Amino acid sequence: MGSLIDLVKISKSFDGAKVLDELDLSVQENEFITLLGPSGCGKTTTLRIIGGFEKPDEGQVLFEGKDIAAVPPNKRHLNTVFQKYALFPHMNIEENIAFGLKISGKSKNYIRDKIRYALKLVNLDGYEKRSVASLSGGQQQRIAIARAIVNEPRVLLLDEPLGALDLKLRQDMQYELIRLKNELGITFIYVTHDQEEALTMSDKVVVMNQGYIQQMGTPEEIYNEPENAFVADFIGDSNILNGIMLQDRLVEILGYQFACVDEGFGRNKPVDVVIRPEDIVLKQPGEGTLDGVVSHLIFKGVHYEMEVQAGGFEWLIQSTGCYPVGTPVSISVDPFNIQIMNKPASEDEEAIGVDE
Amino acid sequence: MSRKLLAGPYLIWMICCTVVPLGMIVYYGLTDRSGAFTFANLSAITVPAHAKALGLALLLAVISTLICLILAYPLGLILRKTGLGQKGFVVFLFILPMWMNFLLRTMAWQTILEKHGVINGILSFLGLPSLRLINTPAAIVMGMVYDFLPFMVLPVYNVLMKIDNSVVEAARDLGASNRQILFKILIPLSVPGIVSGITMVFIPSLTTFVIPNMLGGGKLLLIGNIIDQEFTVGSNWHLGSGLSLVMMVFILISMLFLAKFDKGGEGNAF
Amino acid sequence: MKKIVERCYLGIICVFLYAPIFTLMVLSFNESKSMAKWGGFSLRWYQEMFQDEAIREAIWNTLAIALISAVVATLLGTLACIGIQKMKSSSRAVILMLNNIPMVNSDIVTGISLMLIFVAFGISLNRNTVLIAHITFCIPYVVLSVLPKMKQAGKTTYEAALDLGATPIQAFIKVVLPEIRPGIVSGFLMAFTMSVDDFIITHFTRGAGVNTLSTLIYSQVKVGIRPSIYALSTVMFATVLILLIVANFLPGYREKRTKKAGG
Repeated sequence: MGSLIDLVKISKSFDGAKVLDELDLSVQENEFITLLGPSGCGKTTTLRIIGGFEKPDEGQVLFEGKDIAAVPPNKRHLNTVFQKYALFPHMNIEENIAFGLKISGKSKNYIRDKIRYALKLVNLDGYEKRSVASLSGGQQQRIAIARAIVNEPRVLLLDEPLGALDLKLRQDMQYELIRLKNELGITFIYVTHDQEEALTMSDKVVVMNQGYIQQMGTPEEIYNEPENAFVADFIGDSNILNGIMLQDRLVEILGYQFACVDEGFGRNKPVDVVIRPEDIVLKQPGEGTLDGVVSHLIFKGVHYEMEVQAGGFEWLIQSTGCYPVGTPVSISVDPFNIQIMNKPASEDEEAIGVDE
Repeated sequence: MSRKLLAGPYLIWMICCTVVPLGMIVYYGLTDRSGAFTFANLSAITVPAHAKALGLALLLAVISTLICLILAYPLGLILRKTGLGQKGFVVFLFILPMWMNFLLRTMAWQTILEKHGVINGILSFLGLPSLRLINTPAAIVMGMVYDFLPFMVLPVYNVLMKIDNSVVEAARDLGASNRQILFKILIPLSVPGIVSGITMVFIPSLTTFVIPNMLGGGKLLLIGNIIDQEFTVGSNWHLGSGLSLVMMVFILISMLFLAKFDKGGEGNAF
Repeated sequence: MKKIVERCYLGIICVFLYAPIFTLMVLSFNESKSMAKWGGFSLRWYQEMFQDEAIREAIWNTLAIALISAVVATLLGTLACIGIQKMKSSSRAVILMLNNIPMVNSDIVTGISLMLIFVAFGISLNRNTVLIAHITFCIPYVVLSVLPKMKQAGKTTYEAALDLGATPIQAFIKVVLPEIRPGIVSGFLMAFTMSVDDFIITHFTRGAGVNTLSTLIYSQVKVGIRPSIYALSTVMFATVLILLIVANFLPGYREKRTKKAGG
């Protein structure tokens, strides 16, 4: 099956600083794909290149196999929802939504029906005559989405659309977006630095850092099997430790031996080890792999979060059991929950590494 | 709190030096030399010489305002687009000429437009017939445009620079061409700047007496010349005040007309 | 191609703006007294400029009036902005309307109205009446450039300073003032420039024998302006140009340099 959009070896620099370096990415029809990464990782630039607002220095942008590098944004079959909404302040809601339709010369009746449909879709029916300034941030965002989707784009580009909203509203809008995506049946390309947003909404998550794609996969893959320390650190909380792969299915961490399920790393090879805080099981002293003492305890609602000093490392642990500060405990991990990763070898890959 | 009182000296000054003096003009305009109430000073505008001066002033002011707008708007767009739009540079470029005295700058156009001046010199050098430039209404318009162009450029430029680029990108994203972006986004959003630019060019153009004196050869009289003469030569201050009042009415009408376009926005030059 | 057209347009506007100024500068070195003939290069008018009593007095009047009125206007205008900030929006609107009167009134009406009031109150027209008139039309420029900065600065930093134990006066001097300083400076410069360049209002409010540069020039228009005035204007223009270049571009240049060195 051919993909809808292909980015082929895209490079882009601003003032001599490389933002994207030979980036390859393909987007399938009807996919919710999220570009996730810290600020400055190149995710917004990637989106702007797809939208046509930036020209890549090198590489091709293919839409259904055809190069669209020379096609200006107003001629592309995609629409963008901007970070700060970018509603036209001198037009009311109706005029904002109608803008694209009027430009493409649609009939009055068609435009009126479309506006009504779009407002219903974003749960703002009856807002036609309101002014932009009279809407809250969340409402403006919905209008921005409505304004984009009435043009029936094949792809909707969303540039941190929820960034300016407060937490509760953001969570509501996440569900809204998923619903919209399902109702419209079009492709969403979504940019965010919020890993929770990415995991909640996406079919596919692309984790980026410093102009490179770090890992691409379903939210489950990204979370459960991070390919390198950066991804592990960026997605969720984790304990990242230096380890030595003694042999297949046995890794040494902090001088203690842990059983694991990974094979094929060779013997006595230095590796990065990732253990998610919720995967650590606390036992009575002596019953686990290594012993330690609880040094911090915070109640988080769903669970307790603890820090345990053990083997000279501060372990982050999430558990429903409460262990007060000073309690001696023992740490144990299911072999299946220990994630082994190669250390970055070349200098290029070093750039990928976690910045502490 | 007493912080509000800090505006006190300002208020007193502005009331004493703007509001009260305006009252004086009204008083003088509505009385004759003996102090009796009269409308004669106002109706004096119907005297053919006065009416003609007002008409000519209105016409030339409208023309020079339009020319200023047509020159300034593309300039604002270019400055917005190119990196040259740093505020300091533009203000620098357009305020600096004011340090060459206003009268001298206008005088210099005499040299340029004269019968044997710079332009005709160039024309005769090229073997072209010379033009009569000085002492024509066109020369006056020229002087107005030259003197007041900065007052159009600065507010237009300021408002254009304030337009968020993402709004322009959004329009392009929704299919608008460059032309559509100009007419549907940029121009409507820059109305406050345009309105304040028009005000700041139209009013001094309408009321000037220096420019027609210098470039009109003293033969073409605008309403400003008539008023000036009443105060300095003719010394009928009542008539001068009356004509000023009539002129102010026209300014007021044009302001109200403009205000219809600029709903609630306060365009600022600086 | 489009870029070339744009650059050309910018160039033409600059030529238009500066051609007369350049003409005057050239004429100041003209041996001949006529504006139309080039009589050879000479510094004669620059010598005369220093000897001419009328010119010396006019330039002194011009600069003194501009400086005093800009300082007073800046003071009154800035204080007013602080006060306005505290007001309800309705009274603020009234004040802004008041502020716009000199702008909308046109110079000629401002000039004659002030003249009428001076005469009505029996104040004889002299240098002080010119000064009062200049302060009057300078204040709005200060208010218009300080007020937006004041709005930007907002209340939060001022309140934060109070919260951290500053007295209102300390908070103003240490926190608010630095934030609005660019507005004050540009308001002051604007007021100073407008005052130096003014002719019309001075024309109506000056007493006999008081001349600023503008009125001196105007009195000579009919009889022919002595080129020593071109010389003087050239000197003033060049001074301001150099001052502005030093003030505007040197700091920026230095900043860029240090940034590069640092980064």
